[in-house]
Formats: sequence, C-alpha cells, structure tokens
Amino acid sequence: MKVYLAILLTAILTNNYILSKFLGICPFLGVSKKLNTAVGMSLAVIFVMVLSSAVTYPLNTFLDNHNLGYLQTIVFILVIAALVQLVEIVLRKYIPALYNSLGIYLPLITTNCAVLGVTILNIDSGYTFAESMVNSFGSGVGFLVAMVMFAGVRSRMESCDIPKFLQGLPITLVAASLVSLSFLGFTGLVENMFA
Amino acid sequence: MADKKSLRHEFTKGILKENPVLRLVLGTCPTLATTTSLESAIGMGISAAIVLVCSNIVISALRKVIPQKVRIPCYIVVIAGFVTIVQMLVQAFLPALDEQLGVYLPLIVVNCIILGRAEAFAGKNPVLASAMDGLGMGVGFTAALTIMGGVRELLGSGTLLGFQILPESIPPMTIFILAPGGFFVFGLLMACANRLAERKGKPKAELGCAGCPMAKQCTAAQKEVCDKPNGEGDKQ
Repeated sequence: MKVYLAILLTAILTNNYILSKFLGICPFLGVSKKLNTAVGMSLAVIFVMVLSSAVTYPLNTFLDNHNLGYLQTIVFILVIAALVQLVEIVLRKYIPALYNSLGIYLPLITTNCAVLGVTILNIDSGYTFAESMVNSFGSGVGFLVAMVMFAGVRSRMESCDIPKFLQGLPITLVAASLVSLSFLGFTGLVENMFA
Repeated sequence: MADKKSLRHEFTKGILKENPVLRLVLGTCPTLATTTSLESAIGMGISAAIVLVCSNIVISALRKVIPQKVRIPCYIVVIAGFVTIVQMLVQAFLPALDEQLGVYLPLIVVNCIILGRAEAFAGKNPVLASAMDGLGMGVGFTAALTIMGGVRELLGSGTLLGFQILPESIPPMTIFILAPGGFFVFGLLMACANRLAERKGKPKAELGCAGCPMAKQCTAAQKEVCDKPNGEGDKQ
C-alpha cells in the first residue's frame, strides 16, 4: 500500500507532468484561461490516461513476448488514437450530457504528449500493472492540480498592469515559471515521508 | 509552380517569418524539456527535423491516395514509422544522446509541428515544395532550440557544449537548467520575438486553435472554448 501511495504522491507533487516534466504544455497554456474549461480538459485527460495505460500495458507484454519491442511507439500512438475516437463516438451517442462537458476535448487529447508520455514512462519505469494504473491516475490528477492552480493565477493576472513587451504569451510563461518554482519546494518530500 | 523562387520561399519562411516555436507556438513541450543543455537541444532539433522532412515527403507523395476522412491516422502512422527509425538510429549510434532525450525521443510522434505541417502543407502540395517546407521548419525549430539551449546551459552550468565559458568565480545559476528556468527563458525569448515582429508590423505570437493540427476535428475549437487566437478580450 505504501508503494502505491508513494507513486501517487510523486506523480502529483514532485514529478508533476506539466511543471517538472513539461508534458502537455499546449493544453496547459491554451485551455487554462477559464476554470471550467481547465477542469473539463483535465478530467478528460485523467480518463484517457488511465484507460490508455490499461490497454497499452498488456499490449506491451505481448509485443515483448514476440520480440516486437521496436513497434512500441507506433502501436501505442495508434491504440491511443483509436481509443480516443471510440470513446468520443460512444459518449456522443449514449451520454450526450457528458459529451458536452468532457467529450469535446477528446480530439485534442489524441495529440497530447502527456498521454503517450505516461504510457511509455510506465513501461520504462518497470512498474507492475497496478503500479502503472496508480501512476497514470496520479499523473492525471497532477495535471488537474496544475491546470486549476494556473487558471487561478491567470485570472488574477488579467487585472494586473503588465509591461507592454510582456503582454500575452510571455507573461503567461513567466507566471508558469513561478508556479513551477513553487512545485520545486516539494522535492524530496515523498522520499522523506516514506523513508 | 516549382520554380526556384517559390521553393526558396518555402524554405526560408520556416526560419524567421513562420518560425514554428517562436511565431506559431508549436512544439512547446520539447522546446522546454530538452533545452537543459546545448547538446541535447541540437540533438532534439535535428532528430525532429529529419522526421519532419521525411514524413513531409512521404505524406505529400501519398496525398492523392490517402482518403480525406482517415487522413489523420494515416499521417500518424507515417510519422510514427519515421520516429521509430530515428529512435533506433540514435540508440545505435548516439547512446549518450538517447539517454539525455529519454522519453522525448519517441514523443516526437505527438510533436504538433510535424502533424501540423502534414495537415497544413504536405497534404496539399507537391513533393519538392513539401520537402523544402519541412527542411525550413526543421531548421527553424533547431535554431529556436539552439538559442534556448545555449542561454540555459550558459547561465545554468556556465558551459557551452561542455566547455567552461563563464569564469569559475561566477557560480552557475542552477535554476536555469531546472523546470522554472525553462519557462522563464522561453517567456523572455517570446517577448523578444514579439518585439521584433512588432517592429515589422506583424501580429504577436499567440497560442490558439489556429496552429493546432486537430482544429478541424475539434468541436472545442468550433465552440471556441479555447482561448481566442489573438487574445482579444483579455486585454484592456
């Protein structure tokens, strides 16, 4: 149990996907202006991350058993793309309410590097199936935390008097730098907690 | 169409006028993640450029064969194939670079520059022009990464390509090779690029749905829940 908690906290705080691994920067900068879109996007990301890890993990074992490890990248991206399409179609047909709040972000997630990143990192870190599920969920939650925090920072920034040369994207990136700096404070936290 | 002048235009536009990183704001993840040293930045730039040129050529050659409805999955397969080739070459001949780039090497597949160029250019234009477009975009990407990597390595470890540049008496500012330094240097670089663009009367670079390769599929973009392309409405 301790192992799972350690993986979960590491994924959310110390190894945050956005703020320390730089995966999924496009939605982080692009969809974080309003809180509700940020939350919708992040929930969709959590869902797709867990689902695609659950599917790609057994597939990787299959590839390894047949000495096809070099096909990993191609197979993973295709499976993720197909899965996302499928989920979108099913949601649109059967649960329109959920589709309107989460489903509209799904096409964007196909090309989100955080999703492919988490599936590959699960394998690279040598996690078991249960551990990789926990890691995927934790990474998704870390994504949500970073998005929500950053949406708050951006809404405060709107009422600020920003120097002209920094207006727009530059000040957003500098603000992201400060948010990421605050997450550096968590370094070593998990190791010490479970030492 | 394929006269020398227009080919040269396809090549040069990617370097300055439509620089993928600084003007179109695409491929931000590798730009931030792999620029902790000049060496890995250049390695990433060149790997992505090779994939970009090869996939542009193949996609452009197949543009009349690929059905319109399933073009995105087809593009992804072509791109993933070339990424695997580059990945195996790097693992075989440059194992040190492979270790530095780590997971970001296979993640070239989801680099929006490559899918973006396939969708915006290679799917509609002849082979030679697409190759030049890919080459220009690749050089522009490598150039932006080189600047980022140079600044971050110089300030963060006082070296360039491993050679000591700053005198030992100046302690290196380690923060620049950590995550916050990446965002910070990118922000300032973007401010400089915006300033230069403004002087020439061009609009500022903004993140928006315009550059995103998935924009046509994306209902979110159609409903405009993403930020507006020109950032209107949040200023004043």
